[in-house]
Amino acid sequence: MASKIYFTTWKERAKMRKKIERQTLHLFLQGELDMNNANDLKISIDTDIEKRGVRTIVFHMDDLKFIDSSGLGVILGRYKKLAPLGGKIQIRNVPAHLYKIMELSGLPKIIEFLPENKSQQKDPHLKGEKK
Amino acid sequence: MRVNKLNLTFSSLPENVTIARTLVSTLGAQLDLPINELEELKVAVSEAVSNSIIHGYSNNPNNFVTIEIESSSEKIQIQVVDHGCGIEDVKQAMQASFSTDPDRMGLGFIFMQSFMDELHVESTLNSGTKVIMTKYLNHSHPSSH
Repeated sequence: MASKIYFTTWKERAKMRKKIERQTLHLFLQGELDMNNANDLKISIDTDIEKRGVRTIVFHMDDLKFIDSSGLGVILGRYKKLAPLGGKIQIRNVPAHLYKIMELSGLPKIIEFLPENKSQQKDPHLKGEKK
Repeated sequence: MRVNKLNLTFSSLPENVTIARTLVSTLGAQLDLPINELEELKVAVSEAVSNSIIHGYSNNPNNFVTIEIESSSEKIQIQVVDHGCGIEDVKQAMQASFSTDPDRMGLGFIFMQSFMDELHVESTLNSGTKVIMTKYLNHSHPSSH
């Protein structure tokens, strides 16, 4: 059964909802991701990797308003952490205003970016998930 | 020509990155910047202020960062000044994937360079760093894009 944890006390404006299904961690990012909350996010993800055996992380960015290199650094860092463990990262639904910074960061070269409709077919972990 | 000047000095606290970014974003909106360019301006300011706090002051909150903004119908110029440790080799620091911290991307200066039309960095070891960024509003000026 999927476990659901809702974060509402996350620092400042950023809120995050997460859901772990088997070894897949779904993170629904909201608000602004910068040096205010990048480290909290990093610690939260690393705990799930180490303690709960998470090997796939799906970042859902639909409601992300802002991201800078502090936030992108967390994603890259998790990629580096998961790669030797055989894990992977997916990024879904990047809002149009964040395309350019994503492109410049180089992340699309190493991480899979997917729009929502395609991603459902590709990811077997998502079978039976209610939207 | 009408010139608007704003000057804000704030503690080197992470939450003030948001305040600096919001200030510049509000000013940019008043100047009718398109939403994508507003976004880019916000990223550039965020990077400069984050650099001052994280690198200049090693996250010590008992210091000050100053942001000076000068805007007109032609351009918006932003200076971010700290009195922190300074950068030993500015040229090296401005290169992609140079970071003194393994968990960071070293993209701060790349973003500032890409999102602004001009970027100047003045730094003296143990004395501080000043980042001067300019964005032209009429789009007739040669851009780095």
